[in-house]
Amino acid sequence: MTAPVLTVSGVGKAFRRYKREMHRILSLCGISMAPSEERWVLRDINFAVEPGQAVGIVGRNGAGKSTLLKLITGTMRQTTGTIAVNGRISAILELGMGFNMEFTGRQNAFQAAGMMGFNQSEIEGVIAEIEDFAELGDYFEQPIRVYSSGMQVRLAFAVATAFRPEVLIVDEALSVGDAYFQYKCFDRIRSFRKQGTTLILVSHDKAALQSICDRAILLEAGKVAKDGSPEEVLDYYNALIAAKEGEEIETIAHPSGRVQTISGDRRARIESVALYDSNGTAVETVAVGKPVELRVTARAHADLEKLVLGFALKDRLGQTMFGTNTFFADQSIDDVTEGETFSFGFRFDANLGPGNYSVSLALSGGESHLVDNYEWRDLAMIFTVVNLGEPFDGKTYIPTTVDVVRGADKAIST
Amino acid sequence: MLNSLASAAWRYRYFILASIQGDFRSRVARSRLGFLWIILVPLAQVAIYAFILSALMTQRLPGIDNRFAYSLYLLAGFSGWFLFLEVINRCVTIFLDNAEALKKIAFPRIVLPIIVVGSSVINNLVFFGLVVLAYVLLGHDPLPAIAWYPLLTLITAAGAAGLGLSLGVLNVFMRDVGQIVGIALQFGFWMTPIVYMVDILPESVRPILMLNPMYWVLDSYHRTFLYGLPPQPLALLGLSVLAVGLLALALMLFRRASAEMVDVL
Repeated sequence: MTAPVLTVSGVGKAFRRYKREMHRILSLCGISMAPSEERWVLRDINFAVEPGQAVGIVGRNGAGKSTLLKLITGTMRQTTGTIAVNGRISAILELGMGFNMEFTGRQNAFQAAGMMGFNQSEIEGVIAEIEDFAELGDYFEQPIRVYSSGMQVRLAFAVATAFRPEVLIVDEALSVGDAYFQYKCFDRIRSFRKQGTTLILVSHDKAALQSICDRAILLEAGKVAKDGSPEEVLDYYNALIAAKEGEEIETIAHPSGRVQTISGDRRARIESVALYDSNGTAVETVAVGKPVELRVTARAHADLEKLVLGFALKDRLGQTMFGTNTFFADQSIDDVTEGETFSFGFRFDANLGPGNYSVSLALSGGESHLVDNYEWRDLAMIFTVVNLGEPFDGKTYIPTTVDVVRGADKAIST
Repeated sequence: MLNSLASAAWRYRYFILASIQGDFRSRVARSRLGFLWIILVPLAQVAIYAFILSALMTQRLPGIDNRFAYSLYLLAGFSGWFLFLEVINRCVTIFLDNAEALKKIAFPRIVLPIIVVGSSVINNLVFFGLVVLAYVLLGHDPLPAIAWYPLLTLITAAGAAGLGLSLGVLNVFMRDVGQIVGIALQFGFWMTPIVYMVDILPESVRPILMLNPMYWVLDSYHRTFLYGLPPQPLALLGLSVLAVGLLALALMLFRRASAEMVDVL
């Protein structure tokens, strides 16, 4: 175990409001005045990050994510606790680096890198690379005020990553760029991580978090609500967004070592779930491309206007491979009475790449679980897909016919 | 503490120099005449006073044998006043002007006032160059002015920075401060003998004027620039102590406020 590159211990942040600003100024002069209001946006945050780790911070708007990043970066000061950083931090906060609108891209690159503490000759050594990475063309010599927001972010990212930092902090910035630029950024982040850079990322993009982070921290109302694998934390977060007051979110340690999250108001519950092959035998291992049936039984625990069952197949990282529900299939059940039971069958071909997959199930009152969430059950079951046919690459199986003919002038007969 | 400030400033020396340069550039960035404006704006002001008030100020300055005595007097006074004015004005809004950078990049904040004072001094140097040129053209010996200019600049800039930064910290929390400073500087201009001579005022008013530290700053400029005399030693000492005191006050306010400053920017 290596020494952590970042240690956050007991950190809290309060924004103080005074009845009159005069009171604040008196308190600056040493005359103690009690603030009329202290709003704690972060309280008792504790975590340590090891070199090379990639941590995603998730949470609702106002949960304190951006404030936490500002405290770690050092632009804001915490009210309580300590933050110890072992190395240089580079940060892209709120989509920019405080660029001067009148300066050109080149001048701003010099200015921002200078503020980060690099001297003229060091910056001259990387300016060509910055220009190259940001791909601004002629715009590099034009004032920032004519840039689009995407162009500003490209420049900010290029400057922030011109020198490899020990800790790279990215707040939402990547969601502004186009797909091509995101790909480039992730590529650079990956190569930094190989060299030992720690990444701290705030994003609402689940797919990005799951593909790049090996750890996630969920902030809820200024506290750490969950700290663990991205799959576990995002499942919990997903349950949290839908949870209404008084609802309980269960987290159960699954035999596989992963964590199962169950949420909802329990007005309807899953009773059983199993996967069957074409012979009607319950299976946990299926061959690529073979027909299977997912059978689910459920019971209503209240009178319901409408009942919809949805399922999603997720890969090892928690990324959804496919999902649908009875609403989309035009088979939602209306006017359900308490105590009624239901059987559902979803028949499909297991067109998945070899590996482990999990099934998430959701009983709801409509097409989305955000309205009436009766029960949401992640890791309802796990099954394995094995490849018994010819080898292929990827996470989905697309049956392909291959034709090869010698000579470019010969037509391929169909 | 002073040590860590100095070492932070030293680490950022290239950045400071580049920023002073950039500051110069940004002032001329979007205008046709560019660099000329830096000279034309203050010169226009001096010229206006020279034209309008020279009729009222017909009396010759005692001890100066020059037809353009009043112009020489104006140029000496404005050399000091423009420096004071620019440093104060820019220090009062320094944290607001740099809010974006302060919120997004962690850097030693001491570099901001150094850049502002540095670039103000450079601008003042340009103006002073014109003053020297004018003195030569009008037949007045510029050497005493050149000799005393560095020391007077140091004391004036330090005092203005101390006062300006103290007000700048307060201005972050109470934006009214910036407005009040603007008005106070207007009063200050007329409470200080810049465009008029002290001896046109009634005897009874003069002691009140002498309570204004800027009176002594301007007196030092006048004595050296016009008469070739050294500044009054007591005035020099008092002003130095005041400048150091104001800088210390600014530092104290800044240290206490810096934790909350970014919260309200």
